[in-house]
Amino acid sequence: MSVKDKVIEIIAEQAVLEPSDISMDSTLESLGIDSLGLVESIFAIEEAFDISIPFNANEPEKSDFDISSVATIISGIEKLVEG
Amino acid sequence: MKRVVITGAGTINALGHDVPQTLAAMREGHCGIGELDMRDVDRLGVQIGAQVQGFEPEVIFNRQQLSLYDRFTQFALVAAREALAQAGLEFSGELSAKSGVVLGNSGGGMQTLDENYRTVYEDGKNRVHPFVVPKLMNNAAASHISMEFNLKGPSFTVASACASSNHAMAQAFQMVRSGMSPVMITGGAESMLCFGGVKAWEGLRVMSKDACRPFSATRNGMVQGEGAGVFVFEEMDHAKARGAEILAEVVGFAMTSDAADIVMPSRQGASRAISGALADAKLNREDVGYINAHGTGTAANDKTECSAVADVFGPHADKLMISSTKSMHGHLIGGTGAVELLACIMALRDGIIAPTIGYEEADPECAMDVVPNEAREANVDVALSNAFAFGGLNAVMALKKV
Repeated sequence: MSVKDKVIEIIAEQAVLEPSDISMDSTLESLGIDSLGLVESIFAIEEAFDISIPFNANEPEKSDFDISSVATIISGIEKLVEG
Repeated sequence: MKRVVITGAGTINALGHDVPQTLAAMREGHCGIGELDMRDVDRLGVQIGAQVQGFEPEVIFNRQQLSLYDRFTQFALVAAREALAQAGLEFSGELSAKSGVVLGNSGGGMQTLDENYRTVYEDGKNRVHPFVVPKLMNNAAASHISMEFNLKGPSFTVASACASSNHAMAQAFQMVRSGMSPVMITGGAESMLCFGGVKAWEGLRVMSKDACRPFSATRNGMVQGEGAGVFVFEEMDHAKARGAEILAEVVGFAMTSDAADIVMPSRQGASRAISGALADAKLNREDVGYINAHGTGTAANDKTECSAVADVFGPHADKLMISSTKSMHGHLIGGTGAVELLACIMALRDGIIAPTIGYEEADPECAMDVVPNEAREANVDVALSNAFAFGGLNAVMALKKV
């Protein structure tokens, strides 16, 4: 499974949706994922790829990790996985 | 209804091993936060905290006591001894039968849990010390205080996360105010700064890795502390009859529940607790000169708290002072409201307002007089202490100068 498919699977599970319902320009908010759902998704992604994601819930905008859409999350994770 | 006064105070926390040291540190804007000193700290993502330094339990307690006292119980007893010594009370007969201890605590004996989980899971041993249960139970500290001071009335422990101490003190206040008990020992204790405790908090991603800067635009999270604060709440006539020194009067409280979210705070829940405390104390909002904020230094708390204060106080919100001493002693979780009550007592009694240190840049969403970085002299008649817990449980205390 590609990084993209795996991330979409994790986000879909968190949003209680089918992976096919997740589009690349979806935002977490539009998928109904709140702040608690976000940190849970990040945890699941870290576990799935054995990576550490630099994310502080107090200053999401300052994080190098861009959570503004599914696409930016996937590209951020791809960089971390390759890194 | 009886009037309730505070006739004794005790503490141990990262700012000091007693009340005078702690108040001096608050006046100086001293920061008790530093690098954590604990086993496996290199495996932690968050490596700072407000630990109690230079504490030597083996000097204070004997071998038998140490085998029964988790660190949070040790803290509670140290603080209780100071508070009871100041109050000058001895408990016997009727007074003993009616007086008790209500303490706040969230995690119980976390050090004991951590050590013994290591023993069975990591070291693979199949035997633990026989006192693990009496050592780790949340009520251990309250029970040991009752035993040491012969308190035979109502004693128990209140757990409401970060509001535990305020809920506990509110309960003790009610017991004295209603005439049920002439004296109640109350406050809270916590010792969560162990590997498992910090690791658990790390998971929420709300912890700062460098400093606690409440209300500052540059804030990036909370920092955990540890310690205890213990007070003697006494019926005013009882205290006056024996010529006791009165530190402050407890005049009201309110508790509310957000009934909304398990971690995100609610503006309405917080403002209902603040206005409820004013109503219970029969105070006008203009009477309040100082609020010791919950002020955790997280984005969620600080914005919500400031908007709740603005809702309740209207134009007076610009005139009152509100500071978060967590910037200095860290967040003591279940013990935090107790240590923070000391800042309220200092404001009323000494006319000194403890600062919010680490304040770097104004945040338009927290546009209040947060007493940035330096303590201030001011004449304050009424002070509030806010506590807003995970789980949406809020408790606000109101204190008045005597």
